[in-house]
This record gives sequence, structure tokens and C-alpha cells, in this order.
Amino acid sequence: MSRIEINTLRCKGCLLCTSVCPEDILIQGDDLNTNGYKFVICDETKKENCRGCAFCAEICPDGVIEVYKTVKSKKRDS
Amino acid sequence: MSENKERLLVKGNEAIAIGAIDGGVECYFAYPITPQSDIPEYLSRELVRLGGEFVQAESEIASINMVLGAAACGKRAMTSSSSPGISLKQEGISYIAGSELPAVIINITRGGPGLGGIQPSQGDYFQSTRGGGHGDYRTMVLAPSTCQECYDLTIWAFDLAFKYRNPVLILGDAILGQMKEPITRWKEREINPNEGAEWRLTGKKGRKQRILKSLYLDEGAMEQHNLRLYKKYKSMETDLKWEEFMVQDADVIAVAFGSIGRIVKSTARKLRGQGLKVGVFRPITLFPFPYERIRELARSGKKFITIENNTGQMVEDVKLALCGICDCGFFANMPGKVSTPEDFIQPIKDQFN
Amino acid sequence: MNPGQEKLVYTLPKCMNDIPTHFCPGCHHGIIHRLVAQAIDEFDLQDNTICVGSVGCSVFIYNYIDVDSVEAPHGRAPAVATGVKRARPENFVFAYQGDGDLAAIGLSEIIHCANRGERVTIIFVNNTVYGMTGGQMAPTTLVGQKTTTSPYGRREDKEGYPLKMAEILGSLEGTAFSARVAVNNIKNILKAKKALKKAFQVQLQDIGFGFVEFLSACPTNWHMSPLDANKRIETELMPYFPLGIFKDKINE
Repeated sequence: MSRIEINTLRCKGCLLCTSVCPEDILIQGDDLNTNGYKFVICDETKKENCRGCAFCAEICPDGVIEVYKTVKSKKRDS
Repeated sequence: MSENKERLLVKGNEAIAIGAIDGGVECYFAYPITPQSDIPEYLSRELVRLGGEFVQAESEIASINMVLGAAACGKRAMTSSSSPGISLKQEGISYIAGSELPAVIINITRGGPGLGGIQPSQGDYFQSTRGGGHGDYRTMVLAPSTCQECYDLTIWAFDLAFKYRNPVLILGDAILGQMKEPITRWKEREINPNEGAEWRLTGKKGRKQRILKSLYLDEGAMEQHNLRLYKKYKSMETDLKWEEFMVQDADVIAVAFGSIGRIVKSTARKLRGQGLKVGVFRPITLFPFPYERIRELARSGKKFITIENNTGQMVEDVKLALCGICDCGFFANMPGKVSTPEDFIQPIKDQFN
Repeated sequence: MNPGQEKLVYTLPKCMNDIPTHFCPGCHHGIIHRLVAQAIDEFDLQDNTICVGSVGCSVFIYNYIDVDSVEAPHGRAPAVATGVKRARPENFVFAYQGDGDLAAIGLSEIIHCANRGERVTIIFVNNTVYGMTGGQMAPTTLVGQKTTTSPYGRREDKEGYPLKMAEILGSLEGTAFSARVAVNNIKNILKAKKALKKAFQVQLQDIGFGFVEFLSACPTNWHMSPLDANKRIETELMPYFPLGIFKDKINE
């Protein structure tokens, strides 16, 4: 399934990404990074819904999100 | 202007424009202001004909910043104006100095302060030789006194600007700008395609990014930058230039620059006719200023008077040079007054008793 | 991409340096920098670009976008860009300015640069305040908006009205492309990319002056959370600063 990688050190906890994820996967974590920001994390329960649409990465002001897309194979769906 | 080395009868302003052409100017940006408008008028014809870039900008501020842009690309860039316009350019000149970029700025000085007048004045000496804008920087300042020097010094200004990567100012005045005199056009225009190759902006083209800026925020960076600039300004003393006229046996030396420096020569000749040994010391580079040579002359017992078309500016530099050796007389030819040799006879005579 | 196999579909543009930025959390400068960088990559311009930086929060653009750059005095980037383009017409030249820089002290420079039809592209970030100096009123501050120098809210009869730069420059003959965009949601980001592409093309195709105004959030100086500031783009800025294309000589 598609997934994202978050550079948690650089995230400034602005949460803009949480406003555009179509599956509401991104939420603010409780841990602080070394810059003192509560960085964003993926909600474990929704993680596999990631469509690889990269909306989160598009709006991230600090470019901390990399997106890996996986196309689901036709056979497995039918 | 087909064949070079020809003699031309031109105004000082035109001599400067021709000097810029032969000096290899490629981009010229300016704004109309009396008494220098012949320069943009000339270059809007000739520079464009030669394929160079001419822009009449919306203001003197815009034009000096266009110079900054073209200079960042390693091109020979110039702007010209007169006193009030030069005041508007000061911030831009400070940035050009701070970013260590070559540029030639022409000031055909007029009466001030404020709107002032369009008659000659040397009232911009301080502004020119002390940097003029904010921060510790200097521009080289060259002061022509003839139309030929207007041509020669403009050519030299471009070479100095690139040698030191620094703005160079030509300090003329309304007399020089508007008077006509024959000049010899000795230089062939040639563009050196790789001038500034090691620092100019061209687009990365595979090499490391280049950033031309004057902002230094990191700890100690500003300090280092100013130290580097200071050393550069000190090193400019290798290009000191002045003229000595009948000083060897002189009892009294008149120190004067630009058009006044030339008028005083006639006064000196008249006084020599009356048996008075008068000489003239004419600084051509106003920054760097020839302090050492004046000190040397002072040690050999000469007396001095500074004569300027202002209320006393270069006299302070002469006094710095004479510091501790002797004093220096001063005569102010009021800005706006076009002087004659006779005006300076009595002031110089007074130095003899 | 055959099924089941993973592919990296979104990462830092090639011409952007992989370093942290100094921008405040939720500041849209970061997004706009990336869109500009993406456009530079898309047209393969990194080796041919000269960037003119301005004075404001974006003064460090040359640290983030890896291209030859020169720093302009406050307000004078369009004049510096003119000098650069006249000196090197074969290079792609863009300037990146804030609203204090462009619409206040630099208004004369931007109007005449556009009116001369200079083949340069200007990126204009409108966040309705002077950000770097701490949130003072700017020419684009909305009527009634409180800032550190309009503590009672901007008053029309004293401080006048916000300037609509995209429309103003769109009305000039020399302008080949002028648009206002935003980056507060995905739909607008995609539209912004298209507008940016055109603002590049009018320079690359030697048509004329290119201009894109980006509405931008400034959480710190709006005293809002990044998410609320992002919403304010739509609720307060867009009604006064409508998005749209105000000049497009490419499609004429």
C-alpha cells in the first residue's frame, strides 16, 4: 500500500497536512522533536488507507513528507 | 567616430559618454537631470547603435539598482546624474560596495543643498570621498579638470572598478559638463568577454551556486567582511594620482581639484609674472587622497592654501596631511559662482605675508 | 509502474537545498519556494536561472533554492532584475518579493518594470503584513486588520485601502501575464502551479513581463494558529483579493 515518510526532526507541527489528507491519516503526535515541536504522525489505524496522493506533501511548508505510491494489482482486487 | 585617435570638439559630458563607449560600457542606466543630460542623450544614440543596453529608468534610485543587477553579471555598467540624483543613489552605491561589485557613477555636480541651482559647485566632495551612504565603505573618486580628462578618467574608472570590484565615482561639475574643448580619442572600444569570470553570475551551468550579497548575519561574518573591505580601500593607494604644477620652487602651493584646479593654474601663472613663486597641487584621485605627497612638500617648507568651489571640504583633508607641520589657508569660491583666475589672486597673495 | 511495486512520487525538487528553513510554522513561504523550485526543475532552468532576492522574510531564498542569486535593496528587486536581464537576456531571471517590498517602497520599480515589458518573472507574496520586522501594517493590510502599526485596525480614512497588485499590473500593456493565486488548499496549489508555469513561459517565449501574486498566511504576525491562518486566506483575504488571471497574452 502507498505510504509516506515524515522527517520528524524538521516538522514544525503546523498541521496544514492534516487539513488536506483525504483519509485523515495524519494527526499531531505527543512527542517533541529536538526543536520543541510536536511533530505529525500517521494514525496507525488508518495508515493503510494511504492513497499516495501526496496532498500532504504538496501543502507541507517545510517539505518534510516523502510519498511512496504503490499501485494495487488488478488480480488482488477482483 | 569611424577611425580612432581623431580630434573631437565636444562638451565634457559628451567626452564622458565617449569615454564610457571606448571604455567598454555595455549597460547604461540613467535619469534626466541638468547639467548632465547630454550623457544619457549621447548614449541613447551611440550605445544602442553598438548593441549595448540603454534604459532611462523611472528614478535615480531605480537606475543605480539596475547598475547593481548588470554589474552582478560581470558587465561594464554605468549611471550618471547630478548632485540631487547622486544623493538618491547613495543606498544603491552602498549595496554595490557591500556586494563588492564594479560600477562607474558619474556626478556632474551642481549647486546645493536642496534643489540648489544648475551652476557649478564642488559641494559634493564630502559625500563622494566619505562613502556617501550608510556603512564603512569608500568609492574611488576621480576628479577631471579638462574634457580630455573626462574621457581618460572614465576609461580608467571602468578598469579600476573591475580591478577592485568596487564602485568608482567621477566627480565633475557643471563647468566641465557644459564647456566644449577638443579631445583626442585614443582608446579602441573592446569588450573582454570573460571579465569577472571568477565571480559573476551566469546561471550555475554546472558549477556551485554564486550569491552576490551584502547581508552578513552569522557570528563574526560582518566583522570579517568589513576587515576585507578596509584592506581593499587601503590597497587603492597604489592608484593614487595627482598633478603638480610649478611646485618645486614654489613658496606657496594652492591645492585645488577639478575645474577650480585648472583656473588656479592661470592665477599661478599671473602671480609668477609678478615675481611670486606660486605652485598648484591638483589631486586627481580624491579617494585615495594624496596625503603623503602633501606632507612631503610641507616638510620642505612650503606654505599651502586650499581653494574650492564650496565652503570648505577638501581643506579638511589637506589639513589632515599637514597635521603638526603647518597650517593651511583656505578660500571659498561660493557654490554657484563661476570663478575667474583673478578671483584667486588676493587670497594667494595673502599667504605670502 | 507495474502493480505491487512502490515508487517515490513526491520529494524535494532537484534545485532545492535539503536544509531546514527559518520560516515560522505554517508560513506559506515554504510552499511557494517549493512551487517556484518545481517550476525551475520542470523547465530545466537551474543552470540558467539568476534569482533576485529581496529584503523581507524571503531574504534567504538563495539558501533554499540552489541557483545563482543577487540580493536587491529593499523594494528594488524589479530594477535589479531589469539590470540582470538586460545584461544577460539569455538567462532566466526571476525576483521574489513580499508585499512591503513590492507594494510600498518598491511600487515605482514594479510598475515601471512591468510597463517596460521586461522579460522577467516576479513572484509576489502577499501576507498583508511586514513579516520580518514584526508584523507592521503593509499596503495590502485589510481595512480593519490590526497590526503592530494599526493597533486599532486599518482605517480607510487614515490609511486608505489595500492595493490589488495583480489587477494593477494586469492593466499595464507591458504585462504579458498577471494572476493571483493561493496555496491554502490542494485545488489552489494546483492552480498556482499552472499560473506559475505561464509566468515563466511569457519570459521564456519572449512575450513580456510575468507576475504571480500569492496570497500567503503569516500565523505569527496574524496571531493565529497555522490552521486558522490558513483558513483566513479564504474567509478574509480572498473576498478582497479575488483569485484569478488578470492578463494572459499567451492565450490571447
